[in-house]
Amino acid sequence: MIMGFLNSISYVAAAFHTLAAVVVISALLVVFVRNIVHSVLWLAVCFVSLAGVFLTLNADFIAAVQVMVYAGAVCIMVVFGIMLIRRRDMGETNLFNGQTVAAAGVTALVIMLSGFLSFKVGSVTSPAPVPADTVGNIATLLLSKYVIPFEVAALLLLVALVGAVFLAKEVKADADSDS
Amino acid sequence: MLTLTVSLYHYLILSAILFGIGLFGVLAKRNAIAVLICIELMLNAININLLAFNKYMTPGDFIGQIFAIFVITVAAAEVGVGLAIIIAIYRNKLSVNLDDFDWLKW
Repeated sequence: MIMGFLNSISYVAAAFHTLAAVVVISALLVVFVRNIVHSVLWLAVCFVSLAGVFLTLNADFIAAVQVMVYAGAVCIMVVFGIMLIRRRDMGETNLFNGQTVAAAGVTALVIMLSGFLSFKVGSVTSPAPVPADTVGNIATLLLSKYVIPFEVAALLLLVALVGAVFLAKEVKADADSDS
Repeated sequence: MLTLTVSLYHYLILSAILFGIGLFGVLAKRNAIAVLICIELMLNAININLLAFNKYMTPGDFIGQIFAIFVITVAAAEVGVGLAIIIAIYRNKLSVNLDDFDWLKW
């Protein structure tokens, strides 16, 4: 009985369901935890398990980028941002505003609508597997067909870097009198 | 017998749920940094969609994976600029509560 059950499940499906449960629970905790630092830590959990979901989709390069950029860089950057603007007590820093009921209504509407639309769309699935050499194919495409978006993304990162430094720079109180 | 399967629907449903959680956070949170975090959740839901369509519809083309890379790039830039804006506003207003940011209200 139990061996038959174990043979009937595929390991990719089991991994997907486990990871999906972790993703949804940690995303709920991100929204509902009352301390913003704990919220960011649950966000890191969510990002790492999302990298696992990406692995079940044969996207190993995207999973690695997800761990490096999101779980590494973005979470640490948000924690640093919280450090710069913290209060003495972090207890009640992540509260809801007065429009929770309307937000819940809109959210339920969006989830139901997209669920309905996704059941309408997905009957045409290609049986071919994803090629195993994902990194090589992505590299070839990024430097040949998609080279202009690639360069524009590089420019965007440079502009964002300079803009973030300029925006967060300390402004002097008497800056107007100098100029 | 209960059989665990995984198909395109499962990924789309997971993506819809994650997008909904992020949308609820964006609409209902009071802290500006929490709203920024929830935008990241929504962008990740979109990445799940892109990769799932890449696997189940156009496996050999890698369009979805390349778009996911661009989404991650833009999201990283957005977090940097967003945090800088929040820090700059906090320096003037000494608050990150979104209800206090009402200079443009007449």
